[in-house]
Amino acid sequence: MNAPNKSGWKPAMELSEDGMHNGPATTTGNRALMLEEPLLFEIGRADVTGVDLPPVDTDAPTRLGGLGRAEPIGLVGLTEPETVRHYTRLSRQNYGIDLGFFPLGSCTMKHNPRLNEKMARLPGFADIHPLAPQSTVQGALEVVHQLGYWLCTLTGMPAVAMSPKAGAHGELCGILAIRAAHEARGDAREVVLVPESAHGTNPATAAFAGYRVEDIPATPEGRVDVAALKDRLGPDVAAVMITNPNTCGLFEKDFREIADAVHAAGGYVYCDGANFNAIVGKVRPGDLGVDAMHINLHKTFSTPHGGGGPGSGPVVLSEALAPYAPLPFVRQDAEGSFYLVEEENREERGPTFGRMTAFHGQMGMFTRALTYMLSHGADGLKQVAEDAVLNANYILRSMEDILHAPFAASGPCMHEALFGDKDFTEGLTTLDVAKGLIDEGYHPMTVYFPLVVHGAMLVEPTETESKAAIDQFITAFRAVVTRALDGDEALKAAPYYAPRRRLDETGAARKPKLAYEG
Amino acid sequence: MRYLPLTDTDRQDMLAKIGAASVDDLFVDVPEVARLDGPIHGLPMHASEMAVERHMKKLAAKNLVAGDVPFFLGAGAYRHHVPASVDTVIQRGEFLTAYTPYQPEIAQGTLQVLFEFQTQVARLYGCAVANASLYDGSTACWEAVAMATRVTKRSRAVLSGALHPHYAHVVKTMAHFTGDTIADAQPAITAEPDLEGLMARIDDDTACVVVQYPDILGRISDLTPVAEAAHAKGALLVVVNTEPVALGAIKSPGEMGADIVVGEGQSLGVGLQFGGPYLGLFAVRDPKHVRQMPGRLCGETTDAEGKRGFVLTLSTREQHIRREKATSNICTNSGLCALAFTVHMTLLGERGLRELAAENHRLACLAADRLARVPGIKVLNTAFFNEFTVMLDGKPAREIVRDLADRGVLGGVSLGRLYPGVEALEHALLVAVTETTTEDDIERLATELEASIAASFQETV
Repeated sequence: MNAPNKSGWKPAMELSEDGMHNGPATTTGNRALMLEEPLLFEIGRADVTGVDLPPVDTDAPTRLGGLGRAEPIGLVGLTEPETVRHYTRLSRQNYGIDLGFFPLGSCTMKHNPRLNEKMARLPGFADIHPLAPQSTVQGALEVVHQLGYWLCTLTGMPAVAMSPKAGAHGELCGILAIRAAHEARGDAREVVLVPESAHGTNPATAAFAGYRVEDIPATPEGRVDVAALKDRLGPDVAAVMITNPNTCGLFEKDFREIADAVHAAGGYVYCDGANFNAIVGKVRPGDLGVDAMHINLHKTFSTPHGGGGPGSGPVVLSEALAPYAPLPFVRQDAEGSFYLVEEENREERGPTFGRMTAFHGQMGMFTRALTYMLSHGADGLKQVAEDAVLNANYILRSMEDILHAPFAASGPCMHEALFGDKDFTEGLTTLDVAKGLIDEGYHPMTVYFPLVVHGAMLVEPTETESKAAIDQFITAFRAVVTRALDGDEALKAAPYYAPRRRLDETGAARKPKLAYEG
Repeated sequence: MRYLPLTDTDRQDMLAKIGAASVDDLFVDVPEVARLDGPIHGLPMHASEMAVERHMKKLAAKNLVAGDVPFFLGAGAYRHHVPASVDTVIQRGEFLTAYTPYQPEIAQGTLQVLFEFQTQVARLYGCAVANASLYDGSTACWEAVAMATRVTKRSRAVLSGALHPHYAHVVKTMAHFTGDTIADAQPAITAEPDLEGLMARIDDDTACVVVQYPDILGRISDLTPVAEAAHAKGALLVVVNTEPVALGAIKSPGEMGADIVVGEGQSLGVGLQFGGPYLGLFAVRDPKHVRQMPGRLCGETTDAEGKRGFVLTLSTREQHIRREKATSNICTNSGLCALAFTVHMTLLGERGLRELAAENHRLACLAADRLARVPGIKVLNTAFFNEFTVMLDGKPAREIVRDLADRGVLGGVSLGRLYPGVEALEHALLVAVTETTTEDDIERLATELEASIAASFQETV
């Protein structure tokens, strides 16, 4: 048995009835390092600023076409010390990877190396304009080119579209390329097949691109039902979107067979690359018959998640789809100079399906991802996949004796382990376990996804956790799960120790208050 | 390998627990055809922090840094001074390395920031509700069109000719696949935009009219008549703003009757970064449209002890719940850029934003006056904020811009680059001026432009 904590702390203090440690209430509502922070609009003032600028000369002539602002905007300001404190105090109410283990399945919350941040801030990358003359941004274009080369090589694919802004935007890019390829042949296919275990972005993307979405069932062992899929293929099916490794944490071992069948029926294969971390440097999706796959640089390639972005979702493309890639893209001429193929390069741009964003993509994420790739190299990235998969299997086998693991018999998992709430005492749920883990100092796993498992808990440790950290998590996870199995009612009111207790989400949606109204 | 904590002993112990002989046993489900015998060929092996830094610095050194030369580029991306504390705040690990706040009890920091951000954006735009961000201005522009088609149940969008051409291209790209009709036009080189012509294109099938403010040529005009014309036909007015600083000096789109206001937030906090990541802003004037909005929304609520707290809300609009019926496929958005924007906006406040806007406008007026005195240059705009269009004699502006770069001046964006093949725009140059521009920079631009135009005549003779 692992010691739950090496700091010397012992679970000696009893909780009072309301679940809190006994102690007098404070005047401020603060509890030592746990500090309450008012809203900006409650502490800021309209006439205060933290930036020194010349005062507005109200007599100066303007050329604003008579549209000068007469009414106050309604903003408030803080001086610099107040600003830094406001946000620092808020930051402490957040959980991040820097703080602890963050096993959020399908999100690949790995360590974000600080060298990435440092490189992205070099003025040569951070302070250049997207429309600067191309002769003045050769290094930036070379970064895009080099990163593209890494992505193509790691995936075994011939081409890459770099401009998509995030994973879902990348999905859209891939699906639009597929649609453009069909249209070029005059083939008006209408349906995209999506397994029921897919991320919500898959069906949303296909619908956004004008397709009708049909579900493909999963087998009891957690993989795509190949027979059902083959049965559904036909002249109306434009594409199949499959996540591999899938969201049940399993490798789709029949992927090649599926791809061949889809191709034989005249369709294309879109692979959701959200789970690429399990196979990076180890397996090339191009060897499996993929036509398009987005890569979340903010998952596999360690660019920060930032509390919800920015992401970056380059899409690798097969020979068949490459001509339809969106503008702009980077090429190298015979002299070795780099240039952008944009709207004006009529000859070179080919039958592109158009443009997905104003500029060239997430350059700030490209520099970070390239920095990360160069750091790891081909050998390190292979080790990344192996350690990520090893860690997940270790968790799976350390939990399956007490926690329902629906696909544990389907073979090894990939980089995430999936559990369900089947054996919990009635009334206790996956959500309760998640909130119990918060009290233990962990960010919970992904819950209630994928939808194919009741009360799903998807645990993705990533490769950047030590064995000691994982052992400690397992100890805590087992303890919380045991409480759910034993019917510990106190779990239903967890978390007790977070900056907030459970929040009323129903109330928030019933009467939405989406801006400060003071 | 400095990012991998497992030791070989750990790996052996863990394999033993799992009951596998080697790590390759964990990859047995990978088909034979896709198994590799070692690291992927064609890529270097791992490298030290120092070696990687050397490689990246070499690449960075090949770029001409905007801050090192007189710099006048805009056209949807503006160079503003970002206070040092902005970057300090966004590099706090609790913000940088957090995820989308799905577990609100341990994400109140991000959530309260988003609530404050939404409030700032809504007020700046003169709207009721703003979302928690989209990717960038151009994708926000398409999302606005898509939302307008849902609200009006119509499928035609009328684009102003003076909408950023890349934004228009994004909208047309998407509309091609959704089956919506886009009526667009090219900008006429006139001192004032042709709003009459725009309004004449609104018909009974029109879902929305999309107008940029200030427009791609830097012009500003009262959009109230366009709002009225749109509403008279049952259409929505979508206003696109690519320079939020402008709204510290000019009326908000909401005040003029815009129904959906979208824009690029990059000017505040984010920096140029060669085009991304940027920050898509999205707001609606009428709260009844909230349930048709794309993207994340943060709302106020209370916790089990009655304390105020914040959560992501109205998520039944979103892909993870609604799947193919979602209002958008967006998931990850621009959280950290939204944080940078909101920290910068907090430092400015009402007073600072107004002062910043006034300073931008003052310098832009200086620049316009100085350039107007250069032989061979005419200033097109009567009204502008911090960006205006000049018409150049001599060679096409694109070539002049390249020549200026050789002379060490990043002199603006040639419309020829944005509108390839449109002869009427070939001699137009967009010049942006911000608080980072000095009077010496303006003088240098005027001098070099004069020389470049003169040289271009000599060459053509």
